[in-house]
Parts: sequence; structure tokens; C-alpha cells
Amino acid sequence: MLLGPSLALSALLFSLGVAGVLLRRNAIVLFMCIELMLNAVNLTFVALAQLHGASGYVMVFFVMTVAAAEAAVGLAIIIGIFRHKQSVDLGNINLLRG
Amino acid sequence: MTSLVWLTVALPLAGFLVNGALALRRPGAKNLVSYVGVGVLVAAFIVALAVFIDLWRNPPHAPVVVSLWRWLPVGPLQLDLAFQVDQLSVVMLLVITGVGSLIHLFSVGYMKADPGYARYFAYLNLFVMFMLVLVLGSSFPVMFIGWEGVGLCSYLLIGFWFSDKVNADAGKKAFIVNRIGDFGFMVAMFLIWHHLDTVTFTGMVERAPAVFASGSATVTAITLFLFLGCTGKSAQIPLYTWLPDAMAGPTPVSALIHAATMVTAGVYLVARTNVLFALAPLSSTVVAGIGALTALFAATIALRQYDIKKVLAYSTISQLGYMFVGVGTGAYAAGVFHLATHAFFKALLFLGAGSVIHAMHHAYHATHSHADAQDMRNMGGLKQYMPATFWLMLIATLAISGVPPFSGFFSKDEILAAAFARGGDHPIYYLFYAMGVLAALLTAFYMARLLTMTFLGDNRTGEPERHHLHDAPMVMTGPLIALGVLSVIGGLINLPPFVGGGAALEHWLEPVTAPAHQFFGLEMPHGRTEFFLVGGAVLVGVLGLFAGYRATLRRQTPSAAEAPDDTGLARVLNRKYYVDEIYDAVVVRPLVWFSRTVLWRVVDQGAVDGAAVNGTAKLSRGLGWLGSRLQTGQVGVYVVLFLVGALWILHAMVR
Repeated sequence: MLLGPSLALSALLFSLGVAGVLLRRNAIVLFMCIELMLNAVNLTFVALAQLHGASGYVMVFFVMTVAAAEAAVGLAIIIGIFRHKQSVDLGNINLLRG
Repeated sequence: MTSLVWLTVALPLAGFLVNGALALRRPGAKNLVSYVGVGVLVAAFIVALAVFIDLWRNPPHAPVVVSLWRWLPVGPLQLDLAFQVDQLSVVMLLVITGVGSLIHLFSVGYMKADPGYARYFAYLNLFVMFMLVLVLGSSFPVMFIGWEGVGLCSYLLIGFWFSDKVNADAGKKAFIVNRIGDFGFMVAMFLIWHHLDTVTFTGMVERAPAVFASGSATVTAITLFLFLGCTGKSAQIPLYTWLPDAMAGPTPVSALIHAATMVTAGVYLVARTNVLFALAPLSSTVVAGIGALTALFAATIALRQYDIKKVLAYSTISQLGYMFVGVGTGAYAAGVFHLATHAFFKALLFLGAGSVIHAMHHAYHATHSHADAQDMRNMGGLKQYMPATFWLMLIATLAISGVPPFSGFFSKDEILAAAFARGGDHPIYYLFYAMGVLAALLTAFYMARLLTMTFLGDNRTGEPERHHLHDAPMVMTGPLIALGVLSVIGGLINLPPFVGGGAALEHWLEPVTAPAHQFFGLEMPHGRTEFFLVGGAVLVGVLGLFAGYRATLRRQTPSAAEAPDDTGLARVLNRKYYVDEIYDAVVVRPLVWFSRTVLWRVVDQGAVDGAAVNGTAKLSRGLGWLGSRLQTGQVGVYVVLFLVGALWILHAMVR
């Protein structure tokens, strides 16, 4: 039931997320792109759960929980960076350069 | 009773522990230290006596091996920590505990004023314990414990007054020179294990004749390595140089360790492994040859020494040479006999010298003089002030010079006669015999010189010191008297047949020496030859004594401070043939140079520090620098790398 279109949409969303992560330099946008990828994967789970049983749905809840936790921590870090640097442009943040 | 033989080892060990604890906690408790230190030795002597009587009454067919516990259970090597009680070890047991007790007693007086009193007795007890392990050990490894232990105690006691660098250096020298000998001992031990599959003495006696052909290269190598060990421990050429320096220790230590017991360990080792030496006639010849050479060589050096202890040290080396002539000739009983009588009269000589030094030291101390209390040129005429010491030392001098009926006469005569007898098979032994006779002449000469210079003639100590000279207290003179009696009657233990004796010691040791006599039998001279030999030996001794006495008394001896330097041959002898200097130039200096320039600068600083340690650090730092180039700090780059990696893994999994 709409398996093909669902997977295609999810692949599209995931690719958008990846492209965003690769191309954009604003930390907030990057973050949103990551969320996009996570939700693309969620869509894949839901779609495939029709074929393989309920474990796919369960997995979605896990992903959502982790995503929520990740959002909390990630946003906190971004706020910390902003307070420190007055900017969320990742091009300026290279403290870990070897 | 025989099974209680472990007590003789345990008692001195207990004494060491108690005295060691006292040395650390209550160094002032000298009375307690004396009672413990001397008491354990006397108790050990009583046990030894009981063991001896037991063995005498019920002679066992085979050596009694008293096993204490399983020590080394490693594969085919199942070794017990065990003591072997047989005729040979019980003789050594009696000599060590007997002479040891007397010397411990003497030390009570000699070391009375020393602040390290408790430490001294702790070391001395420890020494006796290790010495007993050495002679009682039933296998090479157990013997080796004692062998190394006595070396350690020797080191500790030579450097007893370690605040003086000379003494500490002498201790180190003794230890290091002995290491060379120990290497030989260990190689021999490994070879024996390799070829005989046993390291116990009973096993060795059982298997050696079957495994080794007489004169084969293996057994010759084993015995030569064993003898290398002996030259170290028993101060024979070429490793004798440590013994004269060892006189830096307290005099009773010189008497006990460096005259009566430890230095005879080599002789004991040859006697113990007699079956091997009998199977290797070449090694036996080497043993006798080195012994004869050492006897003569050391005796010549002793002729021109002025330090009273140095004379006795070279005399000891010379007498040890005699013992090796004995055991190298196959007259194992004669070697052990001389070992025992030498323990008596040389201990007496050293303790007598100790009494003299003690008196001289006190006299100089009282007058705040800094003259040398051991230099015989500062003595002279001491007979007047120390008559008891003089008479006792005279007995010892007669004994060592081989004047009948003193003990040394019988033992030395037996060795010379044996060498002469062996000359019938191998003419080179005639040469050893001649060297021995010549050494006997020199022995009598330098002993007469020592006695004359010290006790006779004019007194050279100086006027104010003269009033302070006196015989030592009874606690020191008592042991001297006991040793004096032993020096006189010591010959009784092995009276030869020509004076109506039964050669008791020789028969007593027969069970031990019998295996060797199968291959290396010895027909002792009889009748006219024997009387000729005995007469010659006595004549030589008396002649030497007389010549030494006359030559020394006739010449005016100046005191040490005024004496001119010796010249010519006398100078060479006084400087000990410059052997120490030669060793220094040939061995020590090249070794130090090599260590410094090659081992230190090149190997240690270059290879170890430079290449290995710092090189590893540089390498990892370089690799780290390369890796750090990947760390740009740009999140974008990380994401790309992560993505590439994730895709690669995905690809690998899907495929």
C-alpha cells in the first residue's frame, strides 16, 4: 500500500537532509537537516512495518525519543556556542583543528 | 641423632635473626648479643659432636641424606633441600663449629668497644649458617646457596668498617673476583646436569663412572670449570688477589672466614667431587700444578710484607696451595687433613696477630699517635709485654713450618709424600714436590721473620706507648690457648703409620674417597724413601726457621716512619710482583674504558636513549602530526568523512 512512493519520499527527504548538512553552515539549519534525516528514516520504518510487523512502529518511538533528547542537548550546545562566539556560523568554529 | 643435623644450620640462623633484630633495635645490648652470638655456635658444636659420635658408632653404608623439603620440583629435576651427612661433611662440620666457636668467643673481647657490635655478630652467625649449608648440602644447587651466602657474608664483613672507602672497595673486590669463580661453578653444575641428569652428590658418585670415560673431554671441562670456582673462593692463581685486600675486615673475621673456613671451600669441593677429578687426570694435574705454583708464589710475596696481617694472608694463600696439591694428587684425605690442621694453627696465628694489633691499637690510642698498629716495623720486643701471645704464636709458627710433633708437620708431610709418590706415574709431580719443598722453606723463613720482627729484638713502639702494651684479657687469650692445644695435638687425628699411628682420618674418609681411588689410586712411599722424605721436610723447616730468625734479628729494623723504600727484588716482592697493577692495566682499565666509551656513550646514550627511547617518542609524534592534519575543526569536513565512511560500510554490507 503505497510502499514505493513512501520509500521514494523518504529517500528524497533523507537526501535533502544530507545535502543540507553538507552545504549549509548555519548550525541551526544543520540541526534541522539532521531532524529531517531522522524523520525520513522514521517514514521508512513506518512504511516497511506494513510488511514486517509491529517492530518498525516500536523503532519509530525509539527514534523519536532519541531525537528529542538529541534536540535538547544539541540546542543547548548551540546556545552555548552562540553565547561564546556571538555567532552560529560553523565556519568560525574550528577549535578542534589539529 | 643424625636427623637433627639441620639444627646446626638452624641455630646460627636463629642467632643471626636475633642479633640482626638487636642491631636494628637495641645496638647497645652487648651482653645479650654476646650470649646469643657465642651460645648458638657452642650449641651447634655440641650438636655436631653428637652427630659425629652417632656416625662413628653406627657407620652407615651410604651417606645419610636428611631431606627437609621439596625445593625445586621442575619437570625432571626433583630437588630436595637436603643435607648430606657423611664422613667428609662431618669433619668439616666439626672444624667449622669448633674453630668458629673459639673465634666467636675471641670476638667478644676484640670487638667490645665497637659501636657495630650487634651487627658484627649478626653477620658472623649468618656466615656460619651459610658455611654449614655449603658443607652439608647434598647437591650442587644446595651447596651453591652456601657458596654464594658465604661470599655475601665475606663481603659484608670485609667492608664492616665501610665508612672508610678502602675497606668498602676491598669488599667489592672480593665479591667481584669471586663472581668470576662462581661463573665456573655454575657452568660446571649445568654440564653435570646435562650429562648425568642429576645434581645430587650421591647420584653423581653413582653415575659418573658409567657415563664418563676416564680422561674424556666432558669430564675434563666440568672439573676445570669446578676448579675455576675453587680458584675464586680459595684464592688461587689467577684469582687470589682479593684475599690480601680482604684483611681490611676485623681480624677475627680474617681468622674465621679468610683462613679457617670459607677459603677452604674450594678444597672441600674438590674432595667432595673427587670421583670427577679422578676421572680427569689432566684436571687433577692442573689442580696440583696451580696449587704448587700458588704455594710458592704467595710464599715469596710473604717474605717482604710488613703488615702483619698481609704476611698471614699470603701465608694462607700459600697453604691453600698445599691443600690443592694434596687433592690434585689424589690424596684427598691429606688435603682435608691439612685443611683441618691449617684451620687450627692459622686461626691461632690470626687471633694472635689480632691480640697484638689490639694491644698496639690501644697503646697508640692512649697516646693519640697515628702510627700504623699493624706494621711489624713498629713492633719488636713484644715478647716482654705479651708473653702468653708470644708463646702461643710460637706454637703456631712451629706447626705451620712443619716441625714435629706439631700438627702441621704431619699434614704437610703427607701432602708432599703423596706428590712424590705420584711422581712415579707422572714425572711432573716431582716438580710439584720440589716446589712444595721450596715453599715449605720459604714458609718457615717468613714465619720466623714475622715472629722475630714482632716479638723479639728491640722495641720500636715508642717510649710512651710501651706502658700500655699488655696481653689480651682472658676472653681473648682463652680461645688462643684452646687453638694452641689443637695446633700441637691436631696431628693425632691422622697419625701416619711410621710413628705408630693408624692414619685415622684417612680410614675415616675412605667411604667418601673410595670411588676416586678406583681410577686414581695412590701408593704411598714406605720404608727408606719415606724416612728420607720426612727427614728432608723437617730439615727444610728447621733450616728456614733458623735462617729467618737470624736474618731478621741481625739486621736493624727501622720503624715504619723512618724506613727507606725497598729496592730491587725486595721492592718487587713488597709490591706483590705488581700483579694488582697488571690486572688493573689489563682487565680493569680496558673494561672501564670500554664501558665508558662504547657501552655508555654508544650503546646506552646512542642506541638505548637515542634510538630506542627517544626514537619511539619521535616516531609516534610524527605519526600523530600526520593524523592531526585530518582534524580540521570544520564540521563540514567531518560530515563528509562520516558520510563517505557510512556509505562504504553500507556498500560492504549490501554486497
